Amino acid sequence: MNRTKPISGKLLDLKNEIEGYAIEYGLDFFPQIFEVCDYDTVNILAAQGGFPSRYPHWRFGMDYDQLSKGYAYGLQKIYEMVINTNPCYAYLLQANNWVDQKIVMAHVYGHNDFFKNNAWFSGTNRKMMDVMANHGTKIRRYMERYGQDAVETFIDRVLSLENLLDMNELFETPELRRKRRQGSEGDSTTEEGEFTVDDRSQALKAFMRTKSRAEKRDKSQEVTTHDDSPEKPLQRPQRDVLGFLMEHAPCEEWQSDIIACLREEAYYFLPQRMTKIMNEGWASYWHSKIMTERALDSSEIIEFADKHAGVMVMSKQNINPYKVGIELFRDIEYRWNTGKFGKEYNDCTDMREKDAWDKRLGLGKEKIFEIRKSHNDISFIDEFLTPEFCERQQLFTYKHNPRTGRFEIDKRDFQAIKQKLLMQLTNFGQPVIQVEDGNFKNRRELLLRHIHYGVDLDMQYAHETLKNLYGIWRRPVNLATISEEKEVIFHFDGKEMKPLT
Amino acid sequence: MDHPIKRDHARFRKIIKGKIRDNLRRYVSQGQQIIPKGTDKFTVPMPSIDIPRFKFGDKQQGGTGQGDGQSGDPVQGQPDPNGQPGQGEAGEGEGNKELEVELSLEELARILGEELELPNIEPKGKKSLKSTVDKYTNIGTSGPDSLRHLRRTYKQALKRQIASDSYNPENPTVVPIRRDFRYKSWQAKVENENAAVVIYMMDVSGSMGDEQKEIVRTESFWINLWLKSQYKDIEIRYIIHDATAKEVDEQTFFRTRESGGTLISSAFTLCKQIIDADYPPTEWNIYPFHFSDGDNWSADDTKLCLDLLDNHILPASNQFCYGQVESRYGSGQFLKDLMARYGQAHDKLTLSKIKNKEGILDSIKEFLGKGK
Repeated sequence: MNRTKPISGKLLDLKNEIEGYAIEYGLDFFPQIFEVCDYDTVNILAAQGGFPSRYPHWRFGMDYDQLSKGYAYGLQKIYEMVINTNPCYAYLLQANNWVDQKIVMAHVYGHNDFFKNNAWFSGTNRKMMDVMANHGTKIRRYMERYGQDAVETFIDRVLSLENLLDMNELFETPELRRKRRQGSEGDSTTEEGEFTVDDRSQALKAFMRTKSRAEKRDKSQEVTTHDDSPEKPLQRPQRDVLGFLMEHAPCEEWQSDIIACLREEAYYFLPQRMTKIMNEGWASYWHSKIMTERALDSSEIIEFADKHAGVMVMSKQNINPYKVGIELFRDIEYRWNTGKFGKEYNDCTDMREKDAWDKRLGLGKEKIFEIRKSHNDISFIDEFLTPEFCERQQLFTYKHNPRTGRFEIDKRDFQAIKQKLLMQLTNFGQPVIQVEDGNFKNRRELLLRHIHYGVDLDMQYAHETLKNLYGIWRRPVNLATISEEKEVIFHFDGKEMKPLT
Repeated sequence: MDHPIKRDHARFRKIIKGKIRDNLRRYVSQGQQIIPKGTDKFTVPMPSIDIPRFKFGDKQQGGTGQGDGQSGDPVQGQPDPNGQPGQGEAGEGEGNKELEVELSLEELARILGEELELPNIEPKGKKSLKSTVDKYTNIGTSGPDSLRHLRRTYKQALKRQIASDSYNPENPTVVPIRRDFRYKSWQAKVENENAAVVIYMMDVSGSMGDEQKEIVRTESFWINLWLKSQYKDIEIRYIIHDATAKEVDEQTFFRTRESGGTLISSAFTLCKQIIDADYPPTEWNIYPFHFSDGDNWSADDTKLCLDLLDNHILPASNQFCYGQVESRYGSGQFLKDLMARYGQAHDKLTLSKIKNKEGILDSIKEFLGKGK
């Protein structure tokens, strides 16, 4: 069932050509593999997050349904898919025309370089294709044993909490974790100590951990049967909610394992969610540069311009990461080439002088390569967004006007725009929610806290989510948040959600 | 073997259908939600079946955009004011997508059938009526040039050339010769002919208001859907009447409003004429439906109606259905008269009282639940 096949002939020649340019410009990437496929396959891959094999779940079917319809009606078309693996796989649509293939290839080398060099990606498992396939096999086996409905329902519940991640976990290594554990819990038995070099998948480790936990539980029950051993109080709130549940929820082994699998996949995708603007901006910067300076044939210019403009289209409803990303990289390159940065430039009050400022530093290229290494979207915007840039890019903020019932342009003020952007990017756009207590009110209830930065939660969704959380925790769950300017704890007892008084 | 995603897709469709089934009452009572698309496809709007997550309330959040315009200008591409706006989140495609699901006529009808536990219709004694249809589904080695199948011909030629080693991949010229020629040819297919006709009659006198018509429209949509799924050929005729009856097209049927009095017999007479003229009962499954608010001009006319039913319409029909839509002005007398004459459990006559939109589904069940 080979739905994709390696490129050959002219496309292979093109790949070698583009790769040459990428090296020439100093891009540093994993070995690149291109494969071609038809639109149906691209839709399948896109629905599965780029991966050829995933665990069975209706959500992939739903996405596939929508993508196929979008394609059939000519509303949307996916030109390329690239995934963060080593070697780096990318898929080209067979029906793309020649210029499209060129753009896509050049674009992919940008992504590849970014995957390899950006610090937030340093911890990702580059063999994720195998990991995903293994998760699929494992979950399929669970379905055979415990029934499709039971497993699917459980997956639904876990997916409901999939966005509650702690980005610090990206830099967590087994060694670090062990050290901290031993530091904080002096008496900790060396559950994992037996494995010194630990390159097993997260999921597998979790699996082994639950096993030993179960054994331990058995033992302790043998010794003191009436000791229900309440969980130790949390020393500090934990944002890695899935990680917490994996270790502390009263789950069967297979359930803990499923949490572990889905958690690992969520963390794999996390860096991409944190660097959307940078990643797309970087890739667009390079496709544009490679195409216009090297790869384009003069007869292809109009078509390239058309396609490029299509990708860069600005939207009033939200910012286009491709557009803002590429422009910001270009702006930085320009500023560091001319020296339009630092105290001296910022303190200058003569607008004319400022405008003509050029120290001929030529540091632009070096700077952008450095940035792509160490930043994520938040620090990227925080550090490099300038008032001039906002004005040039016609950025604005909008808000809901309850009087007219529509969204209206609010401000074009630099600080306001920056603040709004940063707020949208904080915690990759998701509300910050952490576990505060696994034994709330000393009744083994769970307490989550929403750290409120000015925007309330959608309570209807929160209700549904708590329902799913209850399904995993199997005891009442609580959510502390601020709703309509009042602090409140919502309590869900398996039947209904109501504020605790 | 298909890609495993097809299984995910099938699973998704199953969940969707389950959702529609669970919410069928809502879909039915709210009328126009299901949009026919072409002849045998329907688009059904679905409340998102997203996986619920903790997320920000939209209204407070606002967002950032790019482009011209002044403070206070609306942001383009407005989501409708009542609906949920797209999220201002940077690029993560997690906005609220209203799902539109496409279902075929069979699928939708099956959902209706399962939910209402409708029996399949046993077409009356038409099994003998068979017809042969020629379908061009075969390939033959002889035939007229006009039916030559070019692709198969060239495929055959290519096969032959490869087999005889006269094919050169560098210069792939394929020349068919006489014995490579392939022609489309037909296969005779026997098909059971069971044709049905639905004759809708509706009282459009002053007492039938918009709400009543809406009920009739919705009910007829689902009845048509079910009958279409049961019969290969189906014809639908519409009759409106006040004191006189006339045949109209579908548009007019649901739009017309007259102010005259009501003589139900006028419609029944026209119905009888239509059956006599076009639909010999031995070959057709006939379904007359009559909707009114139960007012008839006089007891004499009602007597005439019963006469027509007894002697002409009932013998010809599979089933005659009378739906009485409750209205503020209607007396509901006609239903009582029919009831007095035929009782609730008549073999060929089904009576139903439709109180309001919520009652539609039950009424459909009464009409179609007999499996005739």
